[in-house]
Amino acid sequence: MFAILAAVIVIFSVLTVTSRRILRAAVFLLFVLVATGGLYFMLNYQFLAAVQLALYAGGIVVLIIFSVLLTSHIAHKFEPVGWKKSVFTALAVSAGAILTIVTILNYTFAANAQVAQEVDMNVIGSKLLSYGHNGYVLPFEVISVLLLAAMVAAIVIAKKGGPAEVKIKETNQ
Amino acid sequence: MNSGIPLQFFIVLATLMFFIGIYGFLTRRNLITILMSVELILNSVNINFLAFNRYLFPGELEGHFFSLFVIAIAASEAAVAIAIIINIYRRFTTVNVEDVDKMKF
Repeated sequence: MFAILAAVIVIFSVLTVTSRRILRAAVFLLFVLVATGGLYFMLNYQFLAAVQLALYAGGIVVLIIFSVLLTSHIAHKFEPVGWKKSVFTALAVSAGAILTIVTILNYTFAANAQVAQEVDMNVIGSKLLSYGHNGYVLPFEVISVLLLAAMVAAIVIAKKGGPAEVKIKETNQ
Repeated sequence: MNSGIPLQFFIVLATLMFFIGIYGFLTRRNLITILMSVELILNSVNINFLAFNRYLFPGELEGHFFSLFVIAIAASEAAVAIAIIINIYRRFTTVNVEDVDKMKF
């Protein structure tokens, strides 16, 4: 099972960054995100897998596909990346990957003998709202403010005809 | 441990995904595909957090909550980035990074 998910992730990640049609790249990204959700199921984090599927596969990919449809023609193909650039980038990237993988394989991870904690909604909810030891109420509040700010910012930026845009149009004329 | 897969497999997989994302980030010229590469990178980091949490510290939930927050930040980042991209498209009618150089001196 892990081998299938890993193969799907690696193959479709490569296709995502090399595909010359942008809509296909978005769909390959969707496959990668779903396979990542499968990995979370394998690790027994059901809640996070559900969040991954709902938020990434359901939300972000749909957002990306919408913006693709808004900004580029459906049959448009990218011109291929110049061979010099792609070869040198691939060299740099594979050097980094090989270095990291060698380091990982040479390191012995000391397994902890703790009892595995059950991760159900009850535990997650009480941890998110607890302010005692190992409580996460502060990051929870910060993230809620951040989400609100991001929502307002997205609306303000994408809104048509704000004062900034009018000013730029005036200076252009 | 669960189903006997070594921890290293997960981390090597996340490493591959991370560097594929970096490759896309460096070679792509379209803003939306660059955003997709960033999503790949964020996902690989999440896999790392969860694998470490499950294998090395199964009694704690730090990695779980950290990746929850990473997912939330990735979502808001994608929303703001797409708003900016649409605004750029409206102003320059292109989303190619090489054609958007209005602020260059």
